[in-house]
Amino acid sequence: MGLHAYLALAAVVFAIGLFGVITRRNMVGILLGIELMLNAVNINLVAFSRFNGEVTGMVLTVFAICITVAEVALGLAIVILLFRTRRTAMADHVDWLKG
Amino acid sequence: MNGWPVLSLVTWAPFLSALVIMAFGRSRPRLVRWTALAGASVSMAVALWLYATYDTVAAGFQFYERVSLVPSLGIAYELAIDGMSLVMVLLTAIIILAGVFASWTVKTRDQEFYALLLLLVTGVFGVFVSLDLFIFFLFYEIAVLPMYLLIGIWGSSGEVRPQGLFGWAFGRTGVGTKEYAAMKLTLYLLFGSAFILIGMLALYVAAGSTSFSLLALEAVDFDPGLQSWVFLAFYIGFGILAAIFPFHTWSPDGHASAPTAVSMLHAGVLMKLGAYGVIRLGMGLLPEATTQWVWLVGGIACINIVYGALSAMAQKDLKYVVAYSSVSHMGVVMLGAATLTESGLNGSVFQMFAHGIMTGLFFALVGLVYEKSHSREIFKMGGFATMMPGIAVAFTIGGLSSLGLPATAGFVAEFLTFIGAWSSAHSWWLFPAVVGAFLTSLYVLRAVRAIFWGPKSSDPRFQNLPDAQGTEWVAIVILVGVIVLFGVLPGLALGPIDTSTVPLLVRLGVM
Amino acid sequence: MDQALVPFALITLLTPAAVFVVLALVGPLRRSGRPAALLSIAGAVTAFGSAVLLWSRLDAPVQRVWAWLPEAQGALASVGILADEQSSIMLQLVTLVSLLVQVYSLGYLSDEPAAALGRYYAYQSLFAFSMLGLVLAPNLVQLFICWELVGLCSYLLIGFWYKKPSAARAAMKAFWTTKAGDVGLLIGIVLLWRQTGTFDFGEMRAMVEGGMVGVQGLSVITFCIYLGAAGKSAQFPLHIWLPDAMEGPTPVSALIHAATMVTAGVYLLTRMAFLFALTPDILHLVAWVGAGTALMAAILACAQNDIKRVLAYSTVSQLGYMMAAIGAGFASAGFLHLLTHGVFKALLFLGAGAVIHAVGTNDITRMGGLGRRMPQTMIIFLVGTLSLAGVPLFAGFLSKEEVLGAVWASGLTGPFVMLLLGAFLTAFYMFRVVFLTFFGTSVENAAGSAHEHGEHRGAHDPPIAMSGPLWILALAAMAIGIYFTIHHPEVEFVAPGWLAFTATGVATAGIVLAWATYQRELINAESLARATGPLRRAAAHGFWIDEAFLGIYRGVLMVLATTVGWIDRYLVDGVLNVVSAWTVAGGDGLRKIQTGHVQDYVLAVAVGVTVVLLWLQGAL
Repeated sequence: MGLHAYLALAAVVFAIGLFGVITRRNMVGILLGIELMLNAVNINLVAFSRFNGEVTGMVLTVFAICITVAEVALGLAIVILLFRTRRTAMADHVDWLKG
Repeated sequence: MNGWPVLSLVTWAPFLSALVIMAFGRSRPRLVRWTALAGASVSMAVALWLYATYDTVAAGFQFYERVSLVPSLGIAYELAIDGMSLVMVLLTAIIILAGVFASWTVKTRDQEFYALLLLLVTGVFGVFVSLDLFIFFLFYEIAVLPMYLLIGIWGSSGEVRPQGLFGWAFGRTGVGTKEYAAMKLTLYLLFGSAFILIGMLALYVAAGSTSFSLLALEAVDFDPGLQSWVFLAFYIGFGILAAIFPFHTWSPDGHASAPTAVSMLHAGVLMKLGAYGVIRLGMGLLPEATTQWVWLVGGIACINIVYGALSAMAQKDLKYVVAYSSVSHMGVVMLGAATLTESGLNGSVFQMFAHGIMTGLFFALVGLVYEKSHSREIFKMGGFATMMPGIAVAFTIGGLSSLGLPATAGFVAEFLTFIGAWSSAHSWWLFPAVVGAFLTSLYVLRAVRAIFWGPKSSDPRFQNLPDAQGTEWVAIVILVGVIVLFGVLPGLALGPIDTSTVPLLVRLGVM
Repeated sequence: MDQALVPFALITLLTPAAVFVVLALVGPLRRSGRPAALLSIAGAVTAFGSAVLLWSRLDAPVQRVWAWLPEAQGALASVGILADEQSSIMLQLVTLVSLLVQVYSLGYLSDEPAAALGRYYAYQSLFAFSMLGLVLAPNLVQLFICWELVGLCSYLLIGFWYKKPSAARAAMKAFWTTKAGDVGLLIGIVLLWRQTGTFDFGEMRAMVEGGMVGVQGLSVITFCIYLGAAGKSAQFPLHIWLPDAMEGPTPVSALIHAATMVTAGVYLLTRMAFLFALTPDILHLVAWVGAGTALMAAILACAQNDIKRVLAYSTVSQLGYMMAAIGAGFASAGFLHLLTHGVFKALLFLGAGAVIHAVGTNDITRMGGLGRRMPQTMIIFLVGTLSLAGVPLFAGFLSKEEVLGAVWASGLTGPFVMLLLGAFLTAFYMFRVVFLTFFGTSVENAAGSAHEHGEHRGAHDPPIAMSGPLWILALAAMAIGIYFTIHHPEVEFVAPGWLAFTATGVATAGIVLAWATYQRELINAESLARATGPLRRAAAHGFWIDEAFLGIYRGVLMVLATTVGWIDRYLVDGVLNVVSAWTVAGGDGLRKIQTGHVQDYVLAVAVGVTVVLLWLQGAL
């Protein structure tokens, strides 16, 4: 399989993730979408690393995974806090920044 | 005292007292006032000392101080004064002293009020004494910015009139409220500062990016094309502060909304910063552009004089009348400068001084009348002279100075300007100037009659109003005394002024 | 030059100034009333004494100046004193009348509160100083300064009873009208300075005599200066303020609006006569306007029932005579009339004041038969009237004859006829006042209210403080008349021999007509009024000149001001506010985009990135 297959996979995963982020009403769903998008990037990084014979991509992926974990932890914490104060986990109920 | 940094003392004394007030003044109103008074008095005393020791024979810049700040860019803390700035420093000292007395009765947040007032004055002093353009601009901004807070917090809102043509626009922007006035003033003045900054940087770069010093820049012969547009930038930038037509509309709104002492300082001193800037930087640094553009400066000044006077006649609100009279009188200042004659330029600087004192007095009195009667509507008042004779007399003297009656400072200024106007290349300038003086007599005497003379108004609000009291008297007496003193003995101010205007005219090649 | 006389001039000038400063600064003294008055009178006595000494010792002009407006090449303008023949005589008139009026006021204003009395005397001292400064002015700048200051004093004293709306209005009107003339004067001074390079009378005269002043454009300058003089000396059409100025206390009218300040314009033209001689066309204008004013004001005076307004119009009329003489080119004749007029008109006003003080009204139709109750006042008033009417042996006779002679000698037939007609009317309206006031039966007995009735019956001659000055002025008026009859002053022109008889005849005719109408009632006053028909109606309205000025003020100036105010608010500021409102509205519109939903933002970012990527690929 060539590089293109991996890139196509990553693009599809990214698109699915983006679609989730934009359309899901549940905030947990949005977080999952973000996870998919991040992992699509990870796929890209690993694929380029493998085909270009460079280790930098791998290292970056490890960092990205760590940061993803932290991000999910933070995101979930925010969701839980929101749920506690507002009794909702629906994204369109939260529009404090409305102009 | 030679060798002492006296100019720094005059400049920073108010700032120091502002610091003391902020540090120790919380809920100690007496301490706040006495500290402010101490700061203002130090400045006043030093200003008088400067006046007494300034050497009019040697002339030129004196009391020189210099501390290098950023040597690589040529920025230095460089101070000195000549005859013109000496008179302006004296004016500022007098006005702030009277202003401290006039605002003795401020009740809300007096600590912050006095601190900001003194900060503002530091900026004003700084502009008049600094020789370095960078420092000049710094002080200039310090002088302009506190105004926003002073008007926005301690100001008073007038009648809100969102009706008639453009009524929707007036309602939308909040015309008549103090917030509107504060915002308008700040936006206008910052818009002007942008022009000034561009002009200064252009000169700095053209002169080789080595020094911001006025003395160094004076020695440079700038390219006429550069001079031409930089002069215009300075003229618009400073001119906005001097309320040139059509950039004057911030001034009536701002002055009407501002609290007493702020109006006094603003109309009395800050507007003079604009004219001072045009003369010092515009005319002083750009001789060829000056001769190129005086027709514009003088022509607009003529519009200012007549237009301001007519607008003042149309007003019913006392503060607006006084504010528009300032627009008219600043026209006289600019006209005198544009004549490029010794008499005219002397008259211009003298008018800055005379109008500063006179308008300071006016706003102090209007503030008192408003404080006591809670009204600014001229034609609803009447017969106040029986209740407040002192205020009536002082107002009349201020009014007479405003219409250029001899034996008051206003006459000397206007007479010199008239002489200059007729001797200048555009002799027709004389006529609008004289007509403006006549129109001034119309609206001033009409206001005096409507407010103070005639039978006592039957309005229940206007019964048993007290006359000025205590510290308010001090402010009034200082200002009235100065008006009459300099009207009878104009040589007191003209001596120093002449020593600085003549070299300027020599540089301009017209003397 | 004899510098030893400088102190006398300075004492004359500065004593009233010192009194004013003391009264202005020392509040308790001013508010005490009578002590302030006595101090002021003491100042006036000093000034008068030293003016007399100055005059008696003066043999050559004395000048002394101090720099006032310094400039690099010497003073631009200076202040000082110039005592010559004209100014030293004028000084005496001013100080004498000023002194007498101040004494008289003690009686006249005895009912005023102490504080107001002190204020009155402070103004009086300021006026004395300003007027003396004007008279002694060695140059145009000082003259203008004092010119404005006397205008200020006039404003303050007309508005002395400032609670009366009519007084407040009249004060303002006086200031505005004279100020309108002063615009001209100021322009004239500045233009003249440019032409000659000096403000000094002496230097200017030397230049004119040396032929160093170009005649080119000089007419404009003299016209401008004349404008100022016309405003101050109440020449048509700027005379409208003077009748209204009668709202002030009567002694003020006597001093300022009869004897001294209003003659400042005449004095100025006398001073500048050498310059005006170069512009004969302006001189003709001065003469025609002067004669026209004299006749017009005399007609107006006939239609007045207020005793002070009659005298005011008579002052306007007499100022017209003076101006006509100056216009004829013989300023000395005008100046002579100024001096005699100053004495007898002050006398008339003070006499009228005594009458008003006694009966409490200004209306001559409500007086009558006062001669029996106030014999002294009647005699005094009669002396003044005879002087004004131009009857031989009295002060006004010779000076009026000189004015007429001067106008005739310079060939101005039109003005001469107008002045002669004016002289007839002068005699008529003054004797109308005399007959209605002092003779006949008391109208009040029949028609007056109870209160006024009682007051009227109690009318008697004034106290010594008032009658003293009156007698002095009456004697002075007679002394001047007799002196001139014996020592006929030298004149620069030849008056025809028939002139004295004509003038006397005209005056007599006027007196006889008044006698026949108001004393004998041979002629019915009503039918006389009807005979003049429309002229009388027009005169009753002052020829609608007031209305014309009011129309200009309301219809032109205020409309212009309102328009400019509107432009400023709705165009200059309005455009700005519209732009500002648009900005605010634009912000409001853009705000809608911010839904607050995170997913909308993400969608926007995604679309944006896609578009950018496509653009980078060249697909767009």
